Amino acid sequence: MKVIVGIKRVVDPYVKVRVKADGSGVDLTNAKMAINPFCEIAVEEAIRMKEAGTASEVVVVSVGPSQAQEQLRTALALGADRGILVESEKPLDSLAIAKILKAISEKESADLVILGKQSIDSDNNQTGQMLAALCDWPQGTFACKAEVEGDQIVVTREIDGGEQTVRLSIPAVVTTDLRLNEPRYASLPNIMKAKKKPIDLLQVSDLDVNVDSKLKTLAVNAPEERTAGVMVESVDDLVCKLKTEAKVI
Amino acid sequence: MKILVIAEHDNTDLHLSSSSAVSAAKELGEDISVLVIGNECREVAESAAQLDGVKEVVLANHEVYKDLLPENLVPLIAELAADVSHIVAPATTFGKNLMPGVAALLDVAQISDVIEIKALDIFVRPIYAGNAIATVQSADQVKVLTVRTTAYGPSPAQDSAGITDCEIVKAQSKAHFVKEELSVSERPSLTAASIIISGGRGMQNGENFVLLEKVADKLGAAIGASRAAVDAGFVPNDYQVGQTGKIVAPDLYIAVGISGAIQHLAGMKDSKVIVAINKDGEAPIFQVADYGLVTDLFKALPELEAAL
Repeated sequence: MKVIVGIKRVVDPYVKVRVKADGSGVDLTNAKMAINPFCEIAVEEAIRMKEAGTASEVVVVSVGPSQAQEQLRTALALGADRGILVESEKPLDSLAIAKILKAISEKESADLVILGKQSIDSDNNQTGQMLAALCDWPQGTFACKAEVEGDQIVVTREIDGGEQTVRLSIPAVVTTDLRLNEPRYASLPNIMKAKKKPIDLLQVSDLDVNVDSKLKTLAVNAPEERTAGVMVESVDDLVCKLKTEAKVI
Repeated sequence: MKILVIAEHDNTDLHLSSSSAVSAAKELGEDISVLVIGNECREVAESAAQLDGVKEVVLANHEVYKDLLPENLVPLIAELAADVSHIVAPATTFGKNLMPGVAALLDVAQISDVIEIKALDIFVRPIYAGNAIATVQSADQVKVLTVRTTAYGPSPAQDSAGITDCEIVKAQSKAHFVKEELSVSERPSLTAASIIISGGRGMQNGENFVLLEKVADKLGAAIGASRAAVDAGFVPNDYQVGQTGKIVAPDLYIAVGISGAIQHLAGMKDSKVIVAINKDGEAPIFQVADYGLVTDLFKALPELEAAL
């Protein structure tokens, strides 16, 4: 079973981002960049499938600027076999990414595509579901458990009311939630080995897909700040204020 | 042009999230049609028909739709979207599982987590876990939206609109439902509660959540948790409030032993009144709290229970 994992280069999740004063976007100048945390979970899951013998090859794919090779290299150090970067200097929307991933999946004859459920920058939570619809493959989104059983995959999903389990025939798309696994750290020998693993560079124009978007960002603003209130001295003081001042109990 | 609202339900009850989606749809126009897809779910359609602003309910009632799988629902919704200007679903795990696929089949963008509708084609949504707010404009023929239920209250009742049956059957054999394990609780659900009390890593273990439960019972509150508490296995995943868990905005949110990571704040900072109880006076949660109490939660919770 050949597994494709999509990874996105995003700002490090521990960096507190600031909105630019002119409202044109978020200031990422010199910000530390990383693999999107949900994508890291996707990479880990694919590597575990390879270690368990269910996956034969793990191919990591990113769409983004040429610096995204750094994130692909990290995924290779974690244990992926090879990488593909589809270069695009301008940011693309989820539908464009899904179309590109579809083209790559077809080219690679992938059996399973694992993606993060959302990226921590645009917070869209769309690409996996779009890919599944475009390919007419079944989807197991927000996965907290995924087990390959022959030509099927059984996925347990985190849903609002609890958990749901579905059985999907392969090829399929799985998107990861936080508790699917805990990603490993790359060892130094594996980081060295990863330098020799291949990364193919493609241009969007090499793939026959239309990536035009009719969605335009007009402005990016800072959210309204909540101001800190008062400190109370005791539980009795708190209950009194909630009853008489805030009137919420 | 018609606005199509996708109803969230469990074949028995219409979920409150559907009512919020109708409220959002009312800001887009008057010709609102609610699509109920399921099996033996006519009562759900009848409830939807009584939401203010609804002109028509379309009911696709067939056993293939019993498990509400996206593999059946997505192609049906896309087929019914031919003459609509907007498709609106709640930004819940149900809506998020469906809408991107619908948009992809229609070859249009999807706009997630809308918190404000500025014009028929201009929408506001949080990005970077709510640390930035984006205003986006869509030139697509059909706008496919998921809306934050916290931003749109429930729609009031009206005299019933008509129910039209849809006979289209989208069968498939690629995905099968196996089971669902839903949390059963006497308490209100997180997304419907007017008071929420949440515990974090400071609770130390799952057994200690009983201290929160006792307070919750006095207040009629729902119980939530931070990601740290869920990751540590104190409580199940559906308790999680935050960027990747549930987005809530109750009248009163009491955060106990929660430091206040950005991801958690993203899920609760629109609450009307926020109370923080934490022994670390420097915890970031105090920067958003209306009332802060620096104390040991194991002392404060029994006192709070007694004082209510």
